[in-house]
Amino acid sequence: MARELLKGNEAIAEAAVRAGLDAYFGYPITPQTELLEYLARRMPELGRAFVQAESEVAAINMVYGAACTGRRVMTSSSGPGISLMQEGLSYIAGAELPAVVVDVMRGGPGLGNIAASQSDYFQVTRSAGHGDFRPLTLAPATIQEAIDLTGLAFDLAERYRMLVILLVDGNLGQMMEPAELPPFCQREPSLPEWALGGAEGRPPRIITSIYLQPEALERHNLALQAKLAAIAEREQRSSGMYLEDADLIVIAFGSAARVAQNAVEAARARGMAVGLFRPITLSPFPSQHLARLAPRARAFLVVEMNAGQMIEDVRLVVGECAPVRFYGRMGGVEMLPDEVVQAIEQTMHDTHVTKNGARRLDAEVRL
Amino acid sequence: MIAEQCVYERPVGLTATYTHYCPGCTHGIAHRLTAEVLKELGILGRTIGVASVGCSVFAYHYIACDFVGAAHGRAPAVATGLKRVLPDRVIFTYQGDGDLASIGLAEVLHAAARGEKITVIFINNAIYGMTGGQMAPTSPPGMVTSSSPGGRNPQQMGYPIRVSELVAQIEGSVYVARRSLHNPAEIRKAKKALRLAFEHQIAGHGFTMVELLSNCPTNWGLTPIESLRWIEERMIPAFPLGELKNVGDGKVEG
Repeated sequence: MARELLKGNEAIAEAAVRAGLDAYFGYPITPQTELLEYLARRMPELGRAFVQAESEVAAINMVYGAACTGRRVMTSSSGPGISLMQEGLSYIAGAELPAVVVDVMRGGPGLGNIAASQSDYFQVTRSAGHGDFRPLTLAPATIQEAIDLTGLAFDLAERYRMLVILLVDGNLGQMMEPAELPPFCQREPSLPEWALGGAEGRPPRIITSIYLQPEALERHNLALQAKLAAIAEREQRSSGMYLEDADLIVIAFGSAARVAQNAVEAARARGMAVGLFRPITLSPFPSQHLARLAPRARAFLVVEMNAGQMIEDVRLVVGECAPVRFYGRMGGVEMLPDEVVQAIEQTMHDTHVTKNGARRLDAEVRL
Repeated sequence: MIAEQCVYERPVGLTATYTHYCPGCTHGIAHRLTAEVLKELGILGRTIGVASVGCSVFAYHYIACDFVGAAHGRAPAVATGLKRVLPDRVIFTYQGDGDLASIGLAEVLHAAARGEKITVIFINNAIYGMTGGQMAPTSPPGMVTSSSPGGRNPQQMGYPIRVSELVAQIEGSVYVARRSLHNPAEIRKAKKALRLAFEHQIAGHGFTMVELLSNCPTNWGLTPIESLRWIEERMIPAFPLGELKNVGDGKVEG
């Protein structure tokens, strides 16, 4: 394999194909549509299933049906479509089916616009539908990482019989950069022992999310929560740079982390002790990794392309250890590294260590 | 001495379970016909059913094949997902009128338009049974329900939707029939319709649907006998029986 110039949406689509995608169901929405268009051509070539559904509601329910067979199944959309899919996402979670959903985020709320944004963080990581559940959420920052995490998404979905959401923004979906695709995953489709395929020679199987007795539904919920806890223990992923001696740690995910990385490097060049912490799994949030940094840094600066969503997860981990400040742009406005450098400078300037060692910001302002 | 002869027994396709349906409800008949047809066609072991939301939500406890429970109205989409990855299996949905004709109208029409090789069993009893008897999209004008206490007034509440007629005019459908479960002669025709629908599916012809006019003695506020008469007098005039579409005139080739 060699590095090629790849467009994000198409790279994710081809990575899914090579990870053994058996069926794709989707509906057009910008900035995700190239993913659907690519698979419209690619899946039939390989004799695999592709359906353009009549709505996102139908698409996610087709995913639900196909996932009942244990095959590798995917859909993709953007915020407004993910909102419509929430019913199906909840059923998939309740029935413990493996499925992969790609959310190429755009500006909201409402129809919003088609520019890149990270405004679906709450929607995806907090629940993504009614009832108590959280999908596993992966957030790549480069096209290479999007390719790698697409393969991982299918593995995790299968391993945990779990909904996995690949959360990217319109920048990553639309941009091109060099990346290397993996070889084709060789796997023979087989019916897992829980899957539907016809009851010949065995008792019939039922896949459902209904538990009429409260005690039975509580037991089911406890089992789901235990699975989430095990996932939180094992699957936290993050990356970092310049963390060893950082006084200030910038935290960002996805394409905001690319801007933040430029800003951190520029600040380093000016002699500022700044580092970057980048969550790769947003759910589970990499709290084990961040908790190790919390006592060491003087302050944290969270940078997001939204009104401040991931910052809530950061604050849960950092607590009173250090001040946490926010810088963000909304509505699809691209933030520039210079803005983030300014936010870094301001945060460094405002941070003081008191006589008893406590770290304080001069003013709790949003930059 | 007369030799003992078995004239009636539980079909292999039905589980040995008491149903939760009300006394006199025709769901039991529709379940039995489905189970008999699946067995007689030799497809019970390779059939997957899709249950819907409504009184038949627990259909999977009674019909002895693999089953998945779908969200309200979405059964045809779920069936599409199943059929597209397992094209050699037989897939059917079992849906009521609230599920299919109201919240799930888009899903059933588009599954028909795509010519999905599935069978939709549509139980039309003109009312939301599970939630306690509200007006359905198939309630005839004048019908008194808990959400149309003065009777369905078309000026405010619109007219019933004849879904079979809609589906029959879509090119992707190959077999559409409306039958009734109110008397033995019609029940025999209903079974024949189910059989033809599944035969078309097995032959890979396209989308198939059988609408079965059914009762709801509890929410109609009638005795079982009266409810069967109500099907004849009130429902059949609004929903004429017959084979609306049979591509190839019933000559189904495997």
